[in-house]
Amino acid sequence: MSISWLNDIRQQAKNQFEKTGFPASNLEDWRYTNVSAIAKKEFSVAKFVEDVDFDAVESGSAFHFVFVDGYFREELSNLPEKITICSINDALKNHADLLQSKFNQAIKQTHGFIDFNTANFTDGLFVHIAKNVVLEKPLQIIHIATQEAILPTRHVVILDANAKASLIEMFVSPEKHAYLTNSVAEVFVGENANLTLYKVQQEGENAYHFGGTYVQQADNARFTHHNFALGSLLARSDIVSDLETAAECELNGLYLGSQNQHLDNLTRINHLQPHGISREFYKGILNDQAHGVFQGRILVAENAQNTDSQMNNCNLLLSNEAEIDTKPQLEIYADDVKCAHGVTVGQLDEKSIFYLQSRGIDEVSAKHILTFAFANEMVDKITIPSLRDAVFNLLLTRFPEGAER
Amino acid sequence: MLKIKDLTVNVGNKEILKGLNLEVNAGEIHAIMGPNGAGKSTLSHVLSGKSGYEVTGGSITYNGKDLLEMPAEIRAREGVFLAFQYPVEIAGVTNVYLLKAALNAVRKHKGLSEVDAMDFLTLVKAKTKALEMDEKFLYRAVNEGFSGGEKKRNEILQMAMLEPQLCILDETDSGLDIDALRIVADGVNALRAENRSFIMVTHYQRLLDYIKPDFVHVLADGKIVKSGGAELALELEEKGYGWLEQA
Repeated sequence: MSISWLNDIRQQAKNQFEKTGFPASNLEDWRYTNVSAIAKKEFSVAKFVEDVDFDAVESGSAFHFVFVDGYFREELSNLPEKITICSINDALKNHADLLQSKFNQAIKQTHGFIDFNTANFTDGLFVHIAKNVVLEKPLQIIHIATQEAILPTRHVVILDANAKASLIEMFVSPEKHAYLTNSVAEVFVGENANLTLYKVQQEGENAYHFGGTYVQQADNARFTHHNFALGSLLARSDIVSDLETAAECELNGLYLGSQNQHLDNLTRINHLQPHGISREFYKGILNDQAHGVFQGRILVAENAQNTDSQMNNCNLLLSNEAEIDTKPQLEIYADDVKCAHGVTVGQLDEKSIFYLQSRGIDEVSAKHILTFAFANEMVDKITIPSLRDAVFNLLLTRFPEGAER
Repeated sequence: MLKIKDLTVNVGNKEILKGLNLEVNAGEIHAIMGPNGAGKSTLSHVLSGKSGYEVTGGSITYNGKDLLEMPAEIRAREGVFLAFQYPVEIAGVTNVYLLKAALNAVRKHKGLSEVDAMDFLTLVKAKTKALEMDEKFLYRAVNEGFSGGEKKRNEILQMAMLEPQLCILDETDSGLDIDALRIVADGVNALRAENRSFIMVTHYQRLLDYIKPDFVHVLADGKIVKSGGAELALELEEKGYGWLEQA
């Protein structure tokens, strides 16, 4: 496809990636996560395969948009009608002007994974929800990985003023093979629009995952993100949002690592204008030799007076070999703001374990119950009942005695 | 039912129980009274299987079995129940789930099937009502934000659900106002049965006005120094504990 504006951007990204490669751990944002194993795998970009043998995609009543190895599969999808929704390749033909005006605009700072994505994305999702339109059912985006390869997808989501929608991003693999998901989304939430985005990362146990979501929130726009990092061998999630006047941003997260999983979560909330509100709450549970990372930064620009911001990160370490690096940061240049942050790192409470044992519950079950309760606070924040049940059941597979089915 | 013989227990390097003897038969109510620091709570905790206590001598036999060999959860399943002096708050775990999980653990141990969901709800609601507790408590996190009286009532609710054989009440009256004390005592009295025994550990005689013991023992400096009937409690209330230690 000869679209010169895009070719230019892709060529620049390609040059940049050839220079730097995937991020090195001497970069501040990558100091806790070593991704050198990915380069050593020498993955190539996944190819389109004609025949895929999935009978149906379980998605309940939600609309769904399905990718297999980074390519949109219309035959597996079910799309709503009153909004513009198509693959990014179709958008290049049919919505070129709008796409050009937004593409690469939400990303203010790149790194190797983003550059690679820009240079190599195979496909992606393009959604445009017009002014005042409310999408009544959630739209589920399902990424299915089957090839031992890199799966780069690029997404652009645009909500015009007063629009409202919920999106669910699922990352799954039916196999245990190694691959790299590389998914980058640019999200534009218009004036007074309201977008809730759920991400449920259940990649296979040998998978690498990079997922970046870069958000622009116009005046009074509301953006809520729920991030469940459950699968993969190594995963890094970036969520960056820029808030205009009186915009509201809520970020919730749960990372659940066991064995030798490495789960890195980086968030940036940039309050650029006055009266913004942000709430961030991330919880981590790390067992065995798992390693969790939380890097949360809230920036309040000089102009962003009356910003109201809170960030919390709570971690539960279930084994002596599990590790957490947590780095909450407030960077405040305005003088009239309300900002707070807190971090806890702890273990299960011995008194609580004994209390449950004294009621006849064995030690393993008691620990499951307490761990499940810790995690379930984040699951309870999901407002789509079918999704809440699905994540609840995923948790139960990790802590089988944790709650009533 | 319970036979404690020459029990000696250390906490750290300090000997707390120094040769305690006690025998409790089915259906009896025993009150254990004594000054602070005598070892009353240590006795409750050792019976329930809490860690951090080193049994250095003696034995505890429960229904013919060596109680000290059993982990805490097995003791609970075998019918030993401790109503805690300070029940813990457990965020995120509902009362109703704890009650169901506990009841099923006990039932499984006895070779019974899991309780039917409807039967369970009917039962738990009836017991809740009997303790003058709002049903809403069932769906709140265990003890979280409960008042002192509510926590103690919640302990009795658990006891009523699990129908233990040996109930140990550790300072159950502490922190209760007179109304809450009456409700808790009514709950305990309703559970009195031929095959169920109680050990009430208490500093004050007040609880014994509502739950009449068959035997009263005075625990001082790690031993039972005096035993008698209900009238001994009154004597202690009048004279305090000083005269015993001097004797």
